Amino acid sequence: MTQPAAVERTGIFQLAGEAEGQALVFSQPLSFWGGIDAETGDVIDHSHPGLGQNVAGKILVMPSGRGSSSSSSVLAEAIRRGTAPAGILMERPDSILAVGAIVAEFLYTIRMPLVVGDIAGIVSGNSIAITVEADGRATVRVQPETVPLRSPECSP
Amino acid sequence: MTLELTARDRSMLDGEQGPSAAAAMKILVAFSNAVGAASLLDISGAHIDGCLYHGKAGLDFVERLVEGGGRVQVPTTLNVGSFDLIHPGMVKMPAAEELPARRLMKAHMELGCQATFTCAPYQTRFRPSFGQQIAWGESNAIVFANSVIGARTNRYGDFIDLCCAMTGRAPAWGLHLSDSRRGRILFELAVPEPEPSDSLFVGVGLIIGQASGDRIPVISGLPRPRDEDQLKALGAAAATTGAVALFHAVGITPEARTLDEAFQGCAPEETTRITRADLDHALARLSGVPDGAPLAAVSLGTPHFSHQEWMRLLPMLRAVAPGRGIPIYVNTGRATLKRLQEEGALAGMEAFGLIPVADTCTYVTSILERLDGVVMTNSGKWAHYAPGNIGVSVAFAEMKDCIRSAAVGHVERSAS
Repeated sequence: MTQPAAVERTGIFQLAGEAEGQALVFSQPLSFWGGIDAETGDVIDHSHPGLGQNVAGKILVMPSGRGSSSSSSVLAEAIRRGTAPAGILMERPDSILAVGAIVAEFLYTIRMPLVVGDIAGIVSGNSIAITVEADGRATVRVQPETVPLRSPECSP
Repeated sequence: MTLELTARDRSMLDGEQGPSAAAAMKILVAFSNAVGAASLLDISGAHIDGCLYHGKAGLDFVERLVEGGGRVQVPTTLNVGSFDLIHPGMVKMPAAEELPARRLMKAHMELGCQATFTCAPYQTRFRPSFGQQIAWGESNAIVFANSVIGARTNRYGDFIDLCCAMTGRAPAWGLHLSDSRRGRILFELAVPEPEPSDSLFVGVGLIIGQASGDRIPVISGLPRPRDEDQLKALGAAAATTGAVALFHAVGITPEARTLDEAFQGCAPEETTRITRADLDHALARLSGVPDGAPLAAVSLGTPHFSHQEWMRLLPMLRAVAPGRGIPIYVNTGRATLKRLQEEGALAGMEAFGLIPVADTCTYVTSILERLDGVVMTNSGKWAHYAPGNIGVSVAFAEMKDCIRSAAVGHVERSAS
């Protein structure tokens, strides 16, 4: 059986780093404050279509961030607890999420890359790998089908 | 856009001023890049909204800056914390939460922040002046500084306010720049000869907050306020129902001597009329209970009561003499409280049920003895947040109605 070819696209890092995981795609921006339970990674915003899904370990893909500056604290706390996404890909930069990710890296040396780039065509379940290029830009590799980049036995 | 840094910025970034300054500058640079600022600018003061305990990451951040030997580079005030350090025992909290919450307040002081613990830093000796660049957190303080004083700050919060204080720098962007302070949307108060009552200013604030979105509102037809506390109430309400960081009131606030000045010569993108019915509707939404409901407590001073507000309240208490044991909580800054005590102004006032609260606020922590009845307040902000935060029923009213109701034991409001 042949795997569909992975599509590569370039992005700009708000916080550079490498990550891979399954895409969780939201068509609407999600506020981490009031939107994510930092203890579990569950989406708790009742007005958001992603309600009930879990962001932990996923590559979160959405148009932008949203809402209160307290989202920085919630993201930092989620990264500390291991309930945060493995990486975030957004169409537009978001200063609030950038601060949360930068502070978490500073405190806990856990790097959750934050990439600004094209999100068109990515659907939930796609496998995504984010890598850092020599020029500092991000490469986002999207595997169009739900084929794991590594075999499941290797995952913890 | 590439962020332009000075030699001093770079020296901080490279760790030459210590690890804490380096961390603060690194975060500030990342934030500035994210918002698209071209450079940083000097600030003359900061106000940190970081003393309410929300989780370990917040405390870890401040502790790391303390360990790195960090000090704030500009005069820096602190917003309310979870405790009234002046009146020990007033706040009821489990020991497991109390320890980190207390430590959070102390750790900020170890960075050189001033122990003001007030949401009204503009009432302290650290009040900025017109045109000064500052980095403030706390929504009511931000809107007051920008609108009433004409100082310049964006809506800072979570980590960034402290990074500005630790470096003495802020991104040159948004409301720090003159062009971005231009009014965008006009609200015409269409009420003939309006009384400058407290509820009028709260009502206007609630409405512009809801309708402005991210556009700077300009208000015309507002009566001259009795004092700046009415503008404080307006701004606090606008920053409660919306994200207003700056409003202009034509003929009243310093960057709006004329309509033309408020809009910097441009035309409003939209004009909205505020009628008496709009005001009544907005204010009615703050009160979930009818007149006659039994009263559990009164809460005043959100944002913190000014000395001038105390001077209105105290004669009212003496005249009405409420003595039914209904507590009248008044949140205020510790500096204001100290001044009142030095003046002997509070002597004998506890007989009327007066309970001054400093360093914190009755809706962010467990202070109220009884949560089963109705609490009356003259604060639009308190009325909006308290039901969700501490689960009370609220009746909004003018201050004199709050005190009269405490005297009769149930909610009693004069017709407005």
